[in-house]
Amino acid sequence: MSQALAGSAAETTPIRAHTRQFLARHVGDTMPSDSDDLFKAGYVNSLFLMQLVTFVETRFAVTVEDDDLKIENFRSVEAICEFVAGKDWALQSAEA
Amino acid sequence: MRPSQAQDETACAQDTIDLRRFGVIGAGIMGCGVAQAIARAGSPVELIDLDDDRLQAAQRTLRSNIRQQKFFDRSAPPVDDQLALIRMTTCYDGLAEVDFVVENVTEEWDAKAGVYARLDAVCKPECVYAANTSAISITRIGAATKRRDRVVGMHFMNPVAMKPTVEVIRGHHTSARTLDAAAAFLKSIGKAGVVVEDMPGFVSNRVLMLTINEAVFLVQDGVAAAAEVDRIFRECFGHPMGPLETADLIGIDTILKSLERLYEAYWDTKFRPAPLLRKMVDAGLHGRKSGAGFHSYAS
Repeated sequence: MSQALAGSAAETTPIRAHTRQFLARHVGDTMPSDSDDLFKAGYVNSLFLMQLVTFVETRFAVTVEDDDLKIENFRSVEAICEFVAGKDWALQSAEA
Repeated sequence: MRPSQAQDETACAQDTIDLRRFGVIGAGIMGCGVAQAIARAGSPVELIDLDDDRLQAAQRTLRSNIRQQKFFDRSAPPVDDQLALIRMTTCYDGLAEVDFVVENVTEEWDAKAGVYARLDAVCKPECVYAANTSAISITRIGAATKRRDRVVGMHFMNPVAMKPTVEVIRGHHTSARTLDAAAAFLKSIGKAGVVVEDMPGFVSNRVLMLTINEAVFLVQDGVAAAAEVDRIFRECFGHPMGPLETADLIGIDTILKSLERLYEAYWDTKFRPAPLLRKMVDAGLHGRKSGAGFHSYAS
């Protein structure tokens, strides 16, 4: 179900918060900073990419196109925020 | 000289290996991976499984895997174009004209034997069968067919798209020409093969399954949590993944079956599965594919 928070490039706070919440469930004890490279720093491995894609598509109701399937778009919390904010996004409930 | 070698070399001299049409039996993780590799190479492939539910799940797996591959292979054709090359069906009739079949059925003898009987009924005589197995004897599979010289083992690693090399197993009657066909097939999908002889578990699983099983015992005995076991392998040994992450990737149910096959084959208690492994399978904790195993993968 879509909530009232409609997306815009200026409103990345919910994207950041939900992305950090998602990552916290997967990265173990040490949480990366928003600019940390999740893959190079070893927080997750490349197999985690599609979990990130699925998370972004379901939680923010965006379509990740073929051309969007680049590690640059999912490399860090910052990168994910920028990528989602560049789409027409809307926050979905966790059950979506 | 192997039994079929002389006859086989004559055949080799008479014609060249031309593989154009492919079939994949079993649309689980490995079957999807092999079908994906064939489609990525631009060839059409028949992907067969028992029922529509499994094929629908395979459709989702394939889309996800092909999308994942795009991250690492920017020159890959569009996702939908690759998917269009994979014809998913429950019917074997489309295999009548295929040149090479890769069988990926679960590691249970009765299931595999049933598939080869169906293949023999429909495939043309020159078609080569590659059994994708980590534990079952290729010689035994060959004996269950009417073409034992055209059966070869092919142990793909998961994820298939990201692994450049395949363990190729020569059964007792596997011919040199069949090995050439296996090499040609692997080359066509951008992979290489390492040929080994046919003993249960071959090289890879005879070592890997013992390691994983002992890691499971460590968790069961409370020596270390799964995260710590894996961390030691990653950070102390420099392995890309720890044994329990690897088990989750392969599938806990598959690990259990592989150990059971090895135990049956060698009658050696070093292959007895850790009770925790069986408990996890019973609990539905099958690893990455089920969302949880030794680690969590929920989105």
